[in-house]
Amino acid sequence: MASRPEVVAPPEIFYDDAEARKYTSSSRIVQIQATLSERALELLALPDDDVPKLLLDIGCGSGLSGETLSENGHHWIGLDISASMLNVALEREVEGDLLLGDMGQGLGLRPGVIDGAISISAVQWLCNADKSSHNPRLRLKAFFTSLYKCLANGARAVFQVYPENIDQRELILNAAMHAGFAGGIVVDFPHSSKRRKEFLVLKCGQRSVNASMLSRSKNEDGESCSDEDSEDEENQTVCISDRHRPRKKPKKNNKSGKGKEWLLRKKEQMRKRGNVVPPDTKYTGRKRKDRF
Amino acid sequence: MRLLTHNMLSSNIKGVVNGFPLRIEAEKVVEKTVEMNGEFLKKMFEKIDWKAFVDASWAMGYTELPEEADSSMLDSDEFLNRFHHALLELHLEEGALVCPETGRRFPVNKGIPNMLLHEDEV
Repeated sequence: MASRPEVVAPPEIFYDDAEARKYTSSSRIVQIQATLSERALELLALPDDDVPKLLLDIGCGSGLSGETLSENGHHWIGLDISASMLNVALEREVEGDLLLGDMGQGLGLRPGVIDGAISISAVQWLCNADKSSHNPRLRLKAFFTSLYKCLANGARAVFQVYPENIDQRELILNAAMHAGFAGGIVVDFPHSSKRRKEFLVLKCGQRSVNASMLSRSKNEDGESCSDEDSEDEENQTVCISDRHRPRKKPKKNNKSGKGKEWLLRKKEQMRKRGNVVPPDTKYTGRKRKDRF
Repeated sequence: MRLLTHNMLSSNIKGVVNGFPLRIEAEKVVEKTVEMNGEFLKKMFEKIDWKAFVDASWAMGYTELPEEADSSMLDSDEFLNRFHHALLELHLEEGALVCPETGRRFPVNKGIPNMLLHEDEV
């Protein structure tokens, strides 16, 4: 991503009418959102009993991710802070219920009623302090504790996030762990910088599920590789966050510069091309005095 | 907003102990037909706060729900139909939700309740 919307403006201002429309009319974004939400739904690992569930879509925007939930037959409640995005969602006649709200203020929901929560590219917004009253740490805490409360026992929450750096990832993860969640990060396509996607998979309470299904992330070949730190002590693998990125080579520091000889040769070259070049004097290519 | 969502929502204002249920001030109610799924209704029945649900349906102008309900009633198709209609087909389009403790109004426009809090309420 060339520029991060998070650094441009607060979400309720960045996603104005024009941006909201642009966002939803871009077929590329629509497609990416659909794949992401399908993957998030997969990671939610809902019990396979064909009963529709009540899910929460945090940062639902124009309902692109909610559409995937509806297609899978689930009922959902969407929360977003941008009224313009919600208006687009209304125009698209999404099936879920929409709420205008700020996740950093906590979710006002009754305890234990939600069967699962997903959030596509939204949680990293919480790391910003857009108003003087905002404290990212407190907002993350409010969000995760209220989410923990409203989730049913054994429910999961899957957040696709774009953390800006390792610190942000740590901040988000720490807030989640403090709220009582268990879980970790699943990285899809860890070796591709473009397709690389991170999912924060959080578990609330206990539910006996097939853990092996979850601790797999997708690889380039479509094969699965175990990257999430699984509960199994023996099979514990290191989280591969950023390890694959090549370290930047230290730049050669040539302090002595290029030298007088090189400079004179270049000046001669320029003269031959007919450029205006200052004459060679005793000062040419001479090192400056230290006191300069 | 459906009554399903209303039954899950509570007021989130700082210092409010019991922000549930939010009182409905209905100005406009619309009905949208959706397919019925008995399994889902039975699952939801356990989670629904029935008293709040009945009060809410009254506020929306739907009075055919019994005041008391238990899980044995779920076998009756007539009850299921009413439950389904009130839970998923009635939409609060315009109006407001009122916090039972502080009386703060959360306006509902075009079916979207504005649950944004002011800075001093967080």
